Amino acid sequence: MIITIKDLFKMAGILAVAFCAVIVCAMFLNFNLDLLALKQRADFPVYEPVYKIMEMNGKVICGVSGGCLFLTSIVLLCFYIGHYIDTHKKELGILKALGYSRLQMAVGFSAFGGCVLAGTGLGYGASWLFLMPRFYEMQNKDGLLPEIRMHFHPWLFLALVAAPTAFFALLAIFYSYHKLGVPALSLLRGTSGTKAKKAKKVSCLPFLQELSRSNVRQRKSLVFFITFAVFCFSSMVQMSASMEALASAMMAAMIFCIGIFLAVVTLFLATTSVVRANGKTITMMKVFGYGARDCARAVLGGYRPWAYLGFALGTVYQYGLLKVMVEFVFQDMEGMPAYGFDFPAMAATLAAFVVLYETIMLAYARKMEKAPLKEIMLE
Amino acid sequence: MIKIENITKSYGTGASKTEVLKGISFTIAPGDFLVVLGASGSGKSTLLNVISGLEQADSGTVSYGGKDISSLSDKELTRFRRDQIGYIFQQYFLLPNLDVDKNVKMGADLAGNKDYRQVINAVGLSGKENKYPHELSGGEQQRAAVARALSKKPRVLYLDEPTGALDERTGRQVLDYIVKLQKEQGFTMVMVTHNANIAYMANRVIRMNSGQIVEQYENAAPKGAYEIAW
Repeated sequence: MIITIKDLFKMAGILAVAFCAVIVCAMFLNFNLDLLALKQRADFPVYEPVYKIMEMNGKVICGVSGGCLFLTSIVLLCFYIGHYIDTHKKELGILKALGYSRLQMAVGFSAFGGCVLAGTGLGYGASWLFLMPRFYEMQNKDGLLPEIRMHFHPWLFLALVAAPTAFFALLAIFYSYHKLGVPALSLLRGTSGTKAKKAKKVSCLPFLQELSRSNVRQRKSLVFFITFAVFCFSSMVQMSASMEALASAMMAAMIFCIGIFLAVVTLFLATTSVVRANGKTITMMKVFGYGARDCARAVLGGYRPWAYLGFALGTVYQYGLLKVMVEFVFQDMEGMPAYGFDFPAMAATLAAFVVLYETIMLAYARKMEKAPLKEIMLE
Repeated sequence: MIKIENITKSYGTGASKTEVLKGISFTIAPGDFLVVLGASGSGKSTLLNVISGLEQADSGTVSYGGKDISSLSDKELTRFRRDQIGYIFQQYFLLPNLDVDKNVKMGADLAGNKDYRQVINAVGLSGKENKYPHELSGGEQQRAAVARALSKKPRVLYLDEPTGALDERTGRQVLDYIVKLQKEQGFTMVMVTHNANIAYMANRVIRMNSGQIVEQYENAAPKGAYEIAW
């Protein structure tokens, strides 16, 4: 009724996050469930130390990556619903004025659960078809444990695919119900929702700086996404550099790919949202004679410090996580090399990040330069 | 002197091609207050967009002091608008996240105008500098838009139906402010409107129909905003 297929395509961010979370968690949890069969064996005590390490390894990775991505999905979903309601106030106002109840309209938002279903379903399928067979083969090749066979666990499928879909569909209903609690007239007039937040004191900054600050103040959720995108890039790319020595090349490649994928998708979506939300501002600035570089500085420049903060946090996080894993979780495992901060990896990742981030910003500045001025005149 | 020569502009292609401007020519002298009158669809807004450098014409030339702007690149057009032009639109288009002071600063910073608060006072918005657009009435928003346009000290001010969304009382008030400021500062003013009464305030009038100029005349004694019928 309310949400179209086109709107669902805009939820690619949630689909990507759900995909990444489930592809990793399905592999480790399926392996952990299959490991349980070892407990039935008479010679289990021989394998118990390795078993415990494997089990802990799966739990830590699923807890950290799954938990982090789950929370990100919640923030993403709320952001999208809030953004959708803000940009469709008039249509929603008309529906309300026509007599549709708040609940009837909110139920329409459960369609957003479909994106989670697509993400988790694809993640589970990709994990089952491509990652799991290779992971099992690799573990069996190591010979630390007796041969482990891959089995399908219906409960795991339900927990990783059906349960998140139901949870996010319900969350979408509850959140949109809460957001739609404004009178029809306010929606029609477009006066509800995000009101401009006042700056604490009168400042004498130049206009471009004022606009840049105001943009960041108004869209705190986008600050989160940009910081998170760079955090993923920084932590996962640096982690993958150390993973080859600590775990395996496959793990390193997997973490590297997930880091790049998550970072690019989230950064792209966040930046697109910022530029779209500022479409009229950019047009007016161009009408008045501000150049594309000024527009990019005012609209996107305020997020740069947060992006660099995300990089620093990602660096500290990956170092701390690997340090804890090596020195506490796997301390008893033989042949585990010592772990120290990898400066060359950090420098290379920072250089790659600067090039990637500035290229994306430059591409958006070019896009702003080409944005037609006529649209605003036609309103 | 602004010289417009044989301007044509059309939209669409093939069977759906619509010729919006059909060879328009006229001149605007410095300090003129020109009103372009016409019904909806007559091409007056397209004409304003073309002569102000927001859109390129298909053919013809628009020159400011002898310099043809129809062949300028996007970058050069941006610089031209920054140095010469001010705009006021029917829908105000104030930046919603910034208060009046910062909206006006948007224009003032381009001209390095540090005394922009005087313009805010001149349009009668003193005391409302820290209000956001949604906290202002339609008339106040339009006055903020006027202040924003004038704070960049334009040589030519273009106004597209500036009173179209205002009631009579507020409309008269806004026009009164603009005309007073034009007389004080001496900039050229081109206003597009469908309200024939406003034409009595201008010293020159052009009437358009179906993309062509059908009438051009001068007013020997332009009236004030409170002297015209509405």
